[in-house]
Amino acid sequence: MSDRQVPTIYPETQFYWDGAKEGKLLLQRCKKTGEVYYPPRPFCPGTGSRDIEIFEASGKGRLYSYVINQMPAPGYEPPFVVAVVMLEEGVKMLTNIVGCPPDPAALELDMPLELTFEMRGDVAVPQFKPAGDAT
Amino acid sequence: MTQPSVAIVGAAETTKMGKVPELSQTGLHADAALNAMADCVLTVADIDGVATAGHDVAEIIQYLGITPTWYDGTSVGGCSFITLVRHSAAAIAMGLCKTVLITHGESGRSNNRNHRPIFPSMQQQEFEAIYGPLFPPSRFTLPVLRKMKDDGLTEEQLAMVAVVQREWASHHPRATARDPLTVDEVLNSKMIAWPFRKLMCCLVSDGGGALILTSAERAKDFPTKPVYLRGMGGESVEGPMISQMESFSSSKAFRVSGKMAFDSAGITHADVDHLMVYDAFAHLPVYGLEDLGFVAPGEGGAFIAEGHTRLGGKLPLNTNGGGLSYMHSGMYGMFALQEGVRQMRGISPAQVEDAKLSVVHGVGGMFSAAATVVLTNQDSW
Repeated sequence: MSDRQVPTIYPETQFYWDGAKEGKLLLQRCKKTGEVYYPPRPFCPGTGSRDIEIFEASGKGRLYSYVINQMPAPGYEPPFVVAVVMLEEGVKMLTNIVGCPPDPAALELDMPLELTFEMRGDVAVPQFKPAGDAT
Repeated sequence: MTQPSVAIVGAAETTKMGKVPELSQTGLHADAALNAMADCVLTVADIDGVATAGHDVAEIIQYLGITPTWYDGTSVGGCSFITLVRHSAAAIAMGLCKTVLITHGESGRSNNRNHRPIFPSMQQQEFEAIYGPLFPPSRFTLPVLRKMKDDGLTEEQLAMVAVVQREWASHHPRATARDPLTVDEVLNSKMIAWPFRKLMCCLVSDGGGALILTSAERAKDFPTKPVYLRGMGGESVEGPMISQMESFSSSKAFRVSGKMAFDSAGITHADVDHLMVYDAFAHLPVYGLEDLGFVAPGEGGAFIAEGHTRLGGKLPLNTNGGGLSYMHSGMYGMFALQEGVRQMRGISPAQVEDAKLSVVHGVGGMFSAAATVVLTNQDSW
């Protein structure tokens, strides 16, 4: 798992990864319109306004789409699930689904998911697992 | 009566395609360029505009020995060559140059090159690539399960895309995969990224192609049959992060580019005799048919499965076999253009009888970009 790719973090996204280390998924929203957006940037892509705020997401979402990947990736043992989660806040996020077998029978679209983190060195990477799952 | 302003007068693919380990990527560009110049009896001295994508345009210019007054290296993925056709047309219409050479070469299989064809996106790497979708088969396919649930697209329909295109490829001596294919064979081929199997994914090839464009007025002096641009085509971009597509059932870039091209050409769907939709994977023709407006949203899979895009069907689609069966170098858009040109010249090995109008539509990156052009062999409309 330590071979898994770690993100190259840039000044504009440092807060996101700092938050992840504290177990938080941080999103941003436009203070003018309330629009939530992802991935992070220091202005709202909907309005162009720099008047934005950072807030903590609920960590809840639903399985929006996925593939069960058989192709190699450093540190991953295929098959593994590459998914897009629709967060409760209304933005989509690419992630992995963990804590359930990589099998279509276990991965029903729209199933509820919750946030978890995987440590890669000292970087915490947000992932999702079936909601209510004890693992 | 409208007259065209720009025409494609030269068109050729590389001498060999598929596996060409004896040529570098630069060499593939040059081979295609020399073949296209031979096609319309020009030399490098006649070329004053050069455009390419996925490769440094300056290198192509120096390697071929051209002194251009205009160049363009717009590189947004495999549709870039379709984008470059409209950029070239604009440059010719504005008098920035007279005769444009657009080249594509890609050592996709032998990898005789020193770089990948698309700029890596910083945000895509930081927020998507870390989760492991490092190759197109596990990234380009991500929206599809959502579309299957929302629109009723089925695995069998996706398999039929590959089956129908293999039928077209069987007519092309230069196609890589020509043996007949069944739905069962597709659905039993190796799993790559559920729900995608190997035969729903494109080939990986070496090869290239080139086009030569000039004004419609000059085109009449060339030995080749001119293929005119009708209107100025269309282009758009949604962006390299596939997770951020506005809709997973439809490409915004496809819709914007397609509408622009149809409006500019002043055509309706009933005017279209032949269609090319860049198919890196089996779902792309489905999105293309829907997003270009040939069928209603959600009806693309059934339209193909019912046989309407087959030989003798009402909308012949991807008549070279596409990226799934003809060849796929990586930036396949040039090959969609080549087949559009062949159809308009009347020389395709799978010729659509009496075809007068061809729409060529391509995707760039993984639903990142799109471009569309309308080609015709009619010199007025």
